[in-house]
Amino acid sequence: MLAPWCEFENAEEPVLRHGLTAIDWWDRNAGGVSRQGTLVVTLGRDRRELDRFARRTHGFEEIGGNRLAELEPDLAGRFDRALFFAAEAHLDPRAAMAGLQSGLAERGIAVAADMPRDPGQVIDCRGLAARDILPELRGVRGEMLVLRCPDVTLSRPVRLLHPRVPIYLVPRGDGIFMLGATMIESDRRGVVTARSVMELLSAAFALHPAFGEAEIVETGADARPAFPDNLPRIGRAGGRLYANGLYRHGYLLAPALAMQLADHIDTGERPEFWHETDDQR
Amino acid sequence: MPVFYGTAVDSPLMLGTAQYPSPAILAAAFRASGAGIATVSLRREGGGGQDFLRLMQGLGVRLLPNTAGCHSVKEAVTTAQMARELLGTDWIKLEVIGHTDLLAPDVFALVEAARELSAQGFRVFPYCTEDLSVCGRLLDAGCEVLMPWGAPIGSGLGLNNSHGLTALRAAFPDVPLVVDAGIGLPSHAARAMELGFDAVLLNTAVARAGDPAAMARAMAQAVAAGRAAYLADPIEPRDMAQPSTPVIGKAFLA
Repeated sequence: MLAPWCEFENAEEPVLRHGLTAIDWWDRNAGGVSRQGTLVVTLGRDRRELDRFARRTHGFEEIGGNRLAELEPDLAGRFDRALFFAAEAHLDPRAAMAGLQSGLAERGIAVAADMPRDPGQVIDCRGLAARDILPELRGVRGEMLVLRCPDVTLSRPVRLLHPRVPIYLVPRGDGIFMLGATMIESDRRGVVTARSVMELLSAAFALHPAFGEAEIVETGADARPAFPDNLPRIGRAGGRLYANGLYRHGYLLAPALAMQLADHIDTGERPEFWHETDDQR
Repeated sequence: MPVFYGTAVDSPLMLGTAQYPSPAILAAAFRASGAGIATVSLRREGGGGQDFLRLMQGLGVRLLPNTAGCHSVKEAVTTAQMARELLGTDWIKLEVIGHTDLLAPDVFALVEAARELSAQGFRVFPYCTEDLSVCGRLLDAGCEVLMPWGAPIGSGLGLNNSHGLTALRAAFPDVPLVVDAGIGLPSHAARAMELGFDAVLLNTAVARAGDPAAMARAMAQAVAAGRAAYLADPIEPRDMAQPSTPVIGKAFLA
């Protein structure tokens, strides 16, 4: 999802500022960006969650049930209020990642899984694995499911707010949906837990009962690399440049982070996300 | 300042550590509040949550691990043992949830778990209701602190039963009492302290506020004001007006 306004509800200002430029960047450089906006809804008893969400961000219009039914006919009659963030977008992250990799290869830049013997100019983007040189990194576990549910058609990501289990569903086309995501202060990777699957699916079922009949095509669990302020950093550690700590904003902040790093390599300037460690000051 | 199990704590404000936008904002809230104790949840974060625990240990406040999310005596006891091993403290905030929707304590399992943990040498801080007989049973089980709810966790409703909390204070004048859960506003926290409670524990009201550090500071001020008012021996409310300036010489009977 490329949802800078929705993320801003619970994120620092740079996420919004750089996230806004990311939508165009991905559209220009990777393609496949769908600019259909985002819908945010709540169940009846959590109505105030929608008010709170609306107070904490902007970039939306509040719409009623009729407009919602026009935008997403399959949600007709299910919600009488929603927030519509018209300028947000979504993309297929795997296609975008593959595009990035081939783009790098075309420019003669290798993506290495291990440290090359003759490192030359290396940028360390190992995420959580870079804790050996970045001790402030921590993992925030996230779990997601890929569902096949041909009975439901959505044109845009839908977020269901809930005080315990907020979820989002991103349509990938052909009846495929990505359902995410848990946020747990843990660096545990690997398989999803029964509890998380139950919570995610219960929330999806509450959004639309047809998800009860969905096939679970894939499960995924991993840990997001994050610094204490949940903002990314570039800098120099362990004798090399690094870019890390994108937390849950990889696609939203990667373009700005990469551009800042490229600027630093070109000019030696220390851009916004540059982080000095104590021994460098 | 409150004393729990022989240990004096710097502040009557205790803060939870869940739901903050980031650990940096969490740390700012703690700095702004001067809170003396941080509760940490071990149940879900226990597997691989050491990074977060390390950040919490860096706050410089005493950590009180809890058994949040446990629904049985066995789960709660196991979680407490894990907490003792991970954090090196025998303090444990004991939660045994009986009702999923309200996150209300299962007071029967709570008493049983408190007895078991006390026997194992734990210093138990039980999350309970304000029911006098439940609280009596918890003291019998070995607890030397009671933590009745103000209202359901995260509800922000304040003190649902201030008469019950007043009765609890009167019934157990020498037991440290903490209002745990339900606080939404500084006025709720102040009210708990005005009733003579020794401390207040809250999380959501600060963590999910638009400006957590500012709300944390407001809570600390409210708790201090409420405590000072309690110690200052407030006046009793009365129906009839009592003029604050002398009425002699004025034709008040006219």
